[in-house]
Amino acid sequence: MPPLPALRLRVYVMGRAMTVAVVQPGGLAEESRALKRALKRVERRRRLRAIGLIGPLFLFLAVVFALPIVLMLHRAVDNPEVVTHLPRTTEAIQGWEGDGTPGEPAFAALGQDLNEAFYARRLAEPARRLNYEITGFRSMIMATSRKLPRGEAPESWKRTFLDIDPAWSEPRYWQAIKDTAQPYTLHYLLAALDLRMTSDGGVVAAPKEQAIYRGLFGRTLWMAFVITAASLLMGYPLAYLMVNGGKATRGVLLIFVLLPFWTSLLVRTSAWVVLLQQEGLVNQALQWIGAIDDPVQLIYNRFGVYVGMVHILLPFMVMPIYAVMRGVPASHVQAAASLGATPFTAFRRVYLPQTVSGVGAGCLLVFILSVGFYITPALLGSPRDQMVSYFIAYYTNQTLNWGMASALGVILLAAILLLYAVFSRMLGLGRPRLA
Amino acid sequence: MRNPGTMRIPGPPPHTPPVYRLWWYAMRLFVALVCIFLLAPILAIVPISFSSGSFLTYPLPGFSLQWYAEVFEPRPWMFALKNSLIVGSGATVLATTLGTLAALGLAKGNLPGRSAVNAFLISPMIVPLVITAVGVYFFFARIGLNASYPGLILGHTALAVPFVVITVTATLEGFDTNLIRAGQSLGAGPLRVFRRITLPLIAPGVASGAIFAFAISFDEVVVTVFLAGPAQRTLPRQMFDGIRENISPAILAVATLLVLVALALMVTIGLLKRRSDRLRGLHG
Repeated sequence: MPPLPALRLRVYVMGRAMTVAVVQPGGLAEESRALKRALKRVERRRRLRAIGLIGPLFLFLAVVFALPIVLMLHRAVDNPEVVTHLPRTTEAIQGWEGDGTPGEPAFAALGQDLNEAFYARRLAEPARRLNYEITGFRSMIMATSRKLPRGEAPESWKRTFLDIDPAWSEPRYWQAIKDTAQPYTLHYLLAALDLRMTSDGGVVAAPKEQAIYRGLFGRTLWMAFVITAASLLMGYPLAYLMVNGGKATRGVLLIFVLLPFWTSLLVRTSAWVVLLQQEGLVNQALQWIGAIDDPVQLIYNRFGVYVGMVHILLPFMVMPIYAVMRGVPASHVQAAASLGATPFTAFRRVYLPQTVSGVGAGCLLVFILSVGFYITPALLGSPRDQMVSYFIAYYTNQTLNWGMASALGVILLAAILLLYAVFSRMLGLGRPRLA
Repeated sequence: MRNPGTMRIPGPPPHTPPVYRLWWYAMRLFVALVCIFLLAPILAIVPISFSSGSFLTYPLPGFSLQWYAEVFEPRPWMFALKNSLIVGSGATVLATTLGTLAALGLAKGNLPGRSAVNAFLISPMIVPLVITAVGVYFFFARIGLNASYPGLILGHTALAVPFVVITVTATLEGFDTNLIRAGQSLGAGPLRVFRRITLPLIAPGVASGAIFAFAISFDEVVVTVFLAGPAQRTLPRQMFDGIRENISPAILAVATLLVLVALALMVTIGLLKRRSDRLRGLHG
């Protein structure tokens, strides 16, 4: 039998026309290779198109979001103040071994640096940096540099310094200068963990009055935990009734969940200010039913923060649970009941396990969001109820201690990313969804 | 099938043992309390905004529209509203465009490292706002974008973009790709397929994403506190200061108007979702 004539067809694969031979026993291998090549080409083109579509957003976020955060994290170890503004001193102090008062060259270098920085009005930065090492160092530097001789160099810089302030003979001040005369430092990161570095490179616990940050992180995590637990306690039954309470109930409950979700965070926060104040509705109601005689403090304390934050975050708990519960077939619980399980057992053994992924997703979301909260604690809490975010903003705006702000940011970000990575893998979460 | 003629009084299913009967009522009571907790504060502020007095307490001394009159004065509230609308619309256009393109790209599949890329694109949602705000603040200070409209719009866009990506991706998930193949096999080029098939089908999802983006920007305070100068003071920023310094019924009047905005957004999203499901042949 003669070979069949090649039957060539024009087909469209992914929108591109190509010619394919369908029946030709002799050249089958050749034709299939051609087809494979063509498919690969199309595949490559598809991939390029996908990259081209994602590219703009990727670049945008890389520049406007990721790069700024990386630069900020860099500030947590960046230590430019002394190196930049006291360059001669930085060089002169390297030879000093740390025992006794340094010699004339170090004093001369510092004298010239202070004079120069004083005139350029750039003394504030190194003075503030050195003050982090020894409290009171800033005013010592400022007072000294106001009294330093201008123009003509004095005969002995060392004598001049010691005449202005005898404290300049103390090695600890020079040690502080030497310690900070490095382009990078672990000072802020260690301080954020209530640690500090000694001059010989060891790490010790920070003095008690400065050791506030572990407590701060602990408080932040504890508050986030309480808020997550309260949201779960309130959100699970709510989601359950939304799914299993009949169609009318679902519609009504959806409104109760979604309207607060869409309402501005500040509207809800101001509502709680109004409700929880001394003469607010909650106090009035409690007095009216006779539960209390005098108004109780419900706001500007921990309670106020909890109430406000649970109110804001509850929809974020309900929605993932609701989404998962909708996928649980009613027949499973019915089957359990028909096999003799009581409603409690059927719930515990059959229903609850099938909703765990929703519970996990909701808890993770609420926990992560609450760890980073700033506005609501700032408006509803006292200074003792503030979370890490508040201190990051405080150091950035109020004390301009950007190294400390960045160090706290590094630790907060690392904690959140770790939490997210561990739990999302453990729970096998897919992509997040919005109900 | 229930007889439509009989009215069913809500209650536990028949033949339920007493302990479960109690449980049935207890759970509904608890959920009702949760619902009161969710909605009551939002409703409680509405009457005070119509108060003729300046205290934020009940009983109200009388009815007045004075606080609304104050809100409609050019300063500070209408100025803040104008700024919010400028920034919000800028961020919405940018975020919707970038987010929709990226979602289309992600849906093409078989991209190496797709889930990592996806995680990166939605990471502004996960990173605490203060960290984003401080980082962008330092960065924009270097390139002179602080206290400017473009700076604020760019910052809000970064925060809003994940919501667009997620919403449009969800729309594309139920997307019947056979429709695209059908279009291609009939000879339509990629652009034409996009314009005539893809876009009309995902339009409700894109619109939802745009609404999300606008809502995010319209309600954003933290990044605004850092990036905005006095000339870019937005509505939430103005409210933040108001609540901190002296909270007056005028703030509650603004709040009441914002609740109406929230209601409108919620209803619109609901309608868009229904339309999107219908277009994609889903029945929810």
